[in-house]
Amino acid sequence: MPNIEATKELARRIREDALRMVHAANASHIGTGLSMADILAVLYGGVLRVDPKRPAWSDRDRLVMSKGHGAAALYAALANAGFFEVARLDTFCQDGTALAGHVSHHVPGVDFSTGSLGHGLSLACGVALGLKVDARAGRAFAILSDGECDEGSIWEAALFAPHHKLDNLVAIVDYNKIQSFGSVKEVLDLEPFADKWAAFRWDVEVVDGHDHEALARVLEAAPKAGRPRAVIAHTVKGKGVEFMEGKLLWHYKAPDAEQLRAALDQVRGSS
Amino acid sequence: MRTAFIQELLAQSRARRDLMLLTADLGFSVLEVFRDEMPSQYLNVGVAEQNMMGVAAGLAHLGKTVFTYSIANFPTMRCLEQVRNDVCYHNLPVRIVAVGGGFTYSSQGYTHHGIEDIGVMRTLPGMVVIAPGDPLETTLATRALCDYPGPAYLRLSKADEPRVHESIEGFQIGHAIQVCDGADVTLVSTGGMLRHVVDVAEALRSRDGIQARVLSMHTVKPLDEAAIARAIEDTGAVMTVEEHNVGSGLGAAVAPVVAQHAGRRAAFRIFGVPDEAYSRVGSVAYMREMMGDLRSATQELVSARRQAA
Repeated sequence: MPNIEATKELARRIREDALRMVHAANASHIGTGLSMADILAVLYGGVLRVDPKRPAWSDRDRLVMSKGHGAAALYAALANAGFFEVARLDTFCQDGTALAGHVSHHVPGVDFSTGSLGHGLSLACGVALGLKVDARAGRAFAILSDGECDEGSIWEAALFAPHHKLDNLVAIVDYNKIQSFGSVKEVLDLEPFADKWAAFRWDVEVVDGHDHEALARVLEAAPKAGRPRAVIAHTVKGKGVEFMEGKLLWHYKAPDAEQLRAALDQVRGSS
Repeated sequence: MRTAFIQELLAQSRARRDLMLLTADLGFSVLEVFRDEMPSQYLNVGVAEQNMMGVAAGLAHLGKTVFTYSIANFPTMRCLEQVRNDVCYHNLPVRIVAVGGGFTYSSQGYTHHGIEDIGVMRTLPGMVVIAPGDPLETTLATRALCDYPGPAYLRLSKADEPRVHESIEGFQIGHAIQVCDGADVTLVSTGGMLRHVVDVAEALRSRDGIQARVLSMHTVKPLDEAAIARAIEDTGAVMTVEEHNVGSGLGAAVAPVVAQHAGRRAAFRIFGVPDEAYSRVGSVAYMREMMGDLRSATQELVSARRQAA
């Protein structure tokens, strides 16, 4: 079980660094980075069996960040977990950087590049299947966005994983209720969402995606034999910065200098 | 070709636990021998090409060499972005095998005509594109692909194609095979047209007094540019032949080599499927009428070269 004090501190650092990165790069997608910061913190704070000193360790868990637009938060998590220097985060989206605006496998600790939605769950299925075929340790994790679940390919993979009894696979949906051009409810309602995963024969857990104890519990729990786990994590887009919370605008806009100061104050105050 | 493919993959897989075969629910009467003998290296993923390609990439990430199998355009165009992002971007050893290249499924309608696939696949960075000309080329290409690094597309026709080669010495991906030699024109063939091209070359020789060199360009990418350069210098006329859209396949790959060649000027023509939306359906021979007549097209090209000289 991860040390919850440590994961909360990691989440705070992820939020701070991601805010600085998108400000410096004038980049989009801070809202999604803030909504999944706690999920990333719990994963890299102790759930994932990875070794920052040996990123290519063969028995490691693999995390596929299927919502590739969450790159800033993922890179911040990896740097703060020790995969590379935190100072390197300053190169986000700059000329010649490996730290692309969508997740790149050229960054230490990243196994799969993503950015087009609907790819990551199949990749994670392939990893989980391959690990099973060779009776290897290691698990596959995928973090999905809610809007991404509009893609048919997600449901191809959702059919595949239980059929092949991939109980070494965990899919986490960052259910922040806002997609690219409106609320999930308005654009393409996913409800009853947990029921859909259950109907596809996943072992479904519904949690508050900002509750570290709850996240750690469902991510650490032993798998039910033969069943992949779906974690529906209810989150708030822009979580931790009051003026960003629940606002579509922050899928696109980068904070200016004054907004950054205010945002960092709020994030620091919340820890 | 598909029989040659599965027999060779089966033979290689007996000694290679890292080889895996995925199918998107196609391969009836072809894949059963593999499925029954190698169940742990075989998986039918269902009618879901996008997921198949992502799963293949995930498996390849773990060190597997993965062959995916389907027909016509399904394993390429339906999941093109998975091929581009998940396979090519990560430079993973996934081999996309499609049967039904060209007009194999001629009477089944446009959905089943594989006539833009070479063009689509060869635009992807790092993607090897192979369209063997006969069963022996298929066997040797399959064997070579078991060890080739990076992604590849293997475009087959169907079963029972005539064998063209008695034997092939030193088959290599990216190296054209010269089937016969001639000084007047070079016919560069890819895929299942090879038998027809060799027959036309024989007719040109015996009836028209035209000596044609025939190259089997089984690998469209990476292209054997040296073989094209030699054809230009030695024969002064080059005709590419493919059961594929003229705008994006072998001919489109050869054209810049001809245009940029520093030596002799060559007469050049692309023989293939015209670029038009159509609803034509029928036998392979009927469909090939759209492409024109190869013998007379070659005669015209040779005349053009002689007039220009």
